[in-house]
Amino acid sequence: MTFLQTAFYFFAAVMVFAATMVITVRNPVKSALFLVLTFFSAACVWLTLEAEFLAIVLVLVYVGAVMVLFLFVVMMLDINLARLRAGFTGYLPIGGLVAVLMVAELIFILTGDSFSADNLPRPEGHGGSYSNTRQLGSVLYTFYVYPFEIAAIILLVAIIAAIVLTLRKRPDTKYLNPADQVSVRREDRVRLVKMPAERRHSGNWSS
Amino acid sequence: MIPLSHYLILGAVMFSLSVIGIFLNRKNLVILLMSIELMLLAVNINFVAFSHYLQDMAGQVFVFFVLTVAAAESAIGLAILIVLFRNKHSINVEDVDGLKG
Repeated sequence: MTFLQTAFYFFAAVMVFAATMVITVRNPVKSALFLVLTFFSAACVWLTLEAEFLAIVLVLVYVGAVMVLFLFVVMMLDINLARLRAGFTGYLPIGGLVAVLMVAELIFILTGDSFSADNLPRPEGHGGSYSNTRQLGSVLYTFYVYPFEIAAIILLVAIIAAIVLTLRKRPDTKYLNPADQVSVRREDRVRLVKMPAERRHSGNWSS
Repeated sequence: MIPLSHYLILGAVMFSLSVIGIFLNRKNLVILLMSIELMLLAVNINFVAFSHYLQDMAGQVFVFFVLTVAAAESAIGLAILIVLFRNKHSINVEDVDGLKG
């Protein structure tokens, strides 16, 4: 076995193990952490396919941002686990049956001739001067520039939607309205009273 | 040499695992969202594998877009989850029957 083969089968094994733990483990926090492991192993598998840019994006965006968001939400919610786990094993037979059948069918069709090493051989690896990022960028910014802009709009919509959904006004919090503070006039705060000077009493000041 | 079919089988196994996850954890919304993320990852593995074996960059461009949409989806999904928890104090799917569907 070459180094590449060893690496691929090792990463694939770790990935399948971590994915199994994600769906079976009891605690959602642990499940999120195993999801991190799954995505990291997937990034390593993509490195064996010379998709270096996407592998790093997967680590930075998913492991760095999305999974932290998941952990954040899971830890913020106070979840009653016992109720959520009710009926967990009840669906195991039918779910397992469907999944095993799906895998069996796909393996049956995928191990056929059309995807074999003879029919579709693995291309030679590129040399050290090959830049995956440059290749991807040259395609992305020419042929796919409009889809790229749509992706930017989708992200903008996601930002606005997430903020709008979770924003709430609390009636009991005390806060200052800067607009009211700035627009206040002297007449609102100070009242000048005009009155005649009063006569001094006969007694002295010290008493 | 690793044949293409091994990468595709890895994608198929990951996809089926996420299907089992949806069957098993059908009351916990957080795990459901995680299963959807796993499913998208399985699809992405197939895209990257085909992109390498056919020497076509378009597959990786598509993975890029799938990642974008998946990130947006999980952000909005978690925001909805928080709003739901605020109103119902539960993330059980069975409690989410306000529309009487």
